[in-house]
Amino acid sequence: MIRRLALTAVVALGSMTTMSFAQQETDPNVNARKAYMGLLAYNIGVLGGMAQGRMDYDAAAASTAASNIHALSMVDTSRMWADGTDNQSMEGTRALPAIWENAADFDARIAAMASGAEAMVAAAGTDLASLQGAIGGLGGACGACHQSFRQPE
Amino acid sequence: MRKLAGLALVTAVLGAALFWALTRPASLPVETLAALQNHPADPANGEAVFWAAGCASCHAEPGLETTAPTEERLRLTGGHAFDTPFGTFRAPNISMHPTQGIGAWDLTQFATAVMQGVSPEGAHYYPAFPYTTYSRATPEDIADLWAFWQSLPAVDTPSPRHGVGFPFNIRRGLGLWKILNFNADFVAPVLDEPRAARGRYLVEGLGHCGECHTPRDIAGGLDRSQWLMGAANPAGDGRIPTLPPQGWSAVDIAAYLQSGFTPSFDVVGGSMADVVANMSRIAPEDRAAIAQYLLTFRSLPNP
Repeated sequence: MIRRLALTAVVALGSMTTMSFAQQETDPNVNARKAYMGLLAYNIGVLGGMAQGRMDYDAAAASTAASNIHALSMVDTSRMWADGTDNQSMEGTRALPAIWENAADFDARIAAMASGAEAMVAAAGTDLASLQGAIGGLGGACGACHQSFRQPE
Repeated sequence: MRKLAGLALVTAVLGAALFWALTRPASLPVETLAALQNHPADPANGEAVFWAAGCASCHAEPGLETTAPTEERLRLTGGHAFDTPFGTFRAPNISMHPTQGIGAWDLTQFATAVMQGVSPEGAHYYPAFPYTTYSRATPEDIADLWAFWQSLPAVDTPSPRHGVGFPFNIRRGLGLWKILNFNADFVAPVLDEPRAARGRYLVEGLGHCGECHTPRDIAGGLDRSQWLMGAANPAGDGRIPTLPPQGWSAVDIAAYLQSGFTPSFDVVGGSMADVVANMSRIAPEDRAAIAQYLLTFRSLPNP
C-alpha cells in the first residue's frame, strides 16, 4: 500500500514537472503577439474577402472592420516585444532578431500600418472600388514588416 | 622510380585534360540561336516574361519595399546577398549600364547567360542564378525579354563580389556541377489541360518556384523526386513550405499571388513578399494557370 502511494506520488510529481516545462514553452509575450496578429487577420479577412469577391460588399461591416484595425494599430504593443523573445533565443516564435536590431525601422512599420488603416477607414464604407483601392496599401504595410522581420515557416 | 613519376605525370595531365574537357562552358544549340534571331521581338510580352521570371526579386535594390512603384523595381542594381552553405552569393548589376551592367551585351550573349549559365567571357555562372529553370524557357520568350530589357534604366552601381571560398571559387568546377544537376527536362509530365500546361511552363520554365520549394542534395542540386515538397530555407533560417499548401484551392493560390493574403488572411513575408510583388504584375490568367499546375501536379499518381 505504502509502495503504491509512493509510486503515485512519484508519477504525480513527474507529471507536474512535465506541466511546468510545457508552461515555460508558451511565453506570455509571444502569446499576446499571436493574439494581436490574429485579431488583425480576423478583421482584414472581412475587407480582403470583400475585395476578392469571396463575400458580398457590406458598407457597415467593412467600416467596422476598418475601424477595428485602426484601433488595433493604436495599441501600444511595445511590452509584447520583450528582449530575449526572438526566434534565436526561444522556440515557438518566428520573430527575427532584426526587430530589436533595427528598432527604429520596426517602429516605422507599425506606423505604416496605422496610416494604411487610416486610409482604409476613409475608404471601406464608401464603396467596393474604394475598398479595393485601399486594401493594397494596408496589406502592403503588413507584408513590408513580415518581409524584414518574420522568419519563413 | 622515374617510370613511376612519369606515369603519375601522364595521369595528372590526362586528368587535367579530362577536367578541362568536361567542364568546358557550352554554347547554345544552333536551333535555339536560329529561333532567337528569327523571332520578331515583342517587348510587351518581354515585360510579362520579366515579371513571371522574377528577375527583380534578386536584382532590384536590396530592401526595396514590396509596395515600391514599378520604376524602382525595374532598376536592376544588384547587391542582394544570399548566405548559403557554399558561401555568400551576391546578385550583380544587370541593368542596361554598358560597363557596370549588361547594356553592351547582344541577344546571343544574353540568351547564353540566361539559358545556359555562361557569361560572354565564357565562364560558368553560379546556379544561384536559376538558369537551370530558364533553360526550359522558349527562345522566343527570351528574345522578347531582351527586347523589353532595352527599355530598362542604366544604373552605375558596381556589382559586389561573391563571398565564396575554395573550391567553389573555381568557376570551371561548376562544369562538373552542371553535368550532375543541369537538367533541362521538365519535371512534371506533359499536361493536356491547357491551363495546367501553361502553369507548368510558368513554374518550371520561368517562375523558378522549385529553387526554394524543392529540397537540395549535398551538391546543391535540386532533388527532382521531391519536387515542390518544401525544403530548408536555402538562404537563411526556417522552412519553405510544400506547394500547394494543404487545403488551398486554385482561387486561394491565385489570390495569394496577387495580394499576398493567405486564405486565413495572414500576409506574405520573407523573400516570398518579393515574389508576390512580381506575380501581382502578371496576367490574372497566368496566376490561375500556376494554381492549376500546382494542384494538378500534386494530384498526379507517383511515377
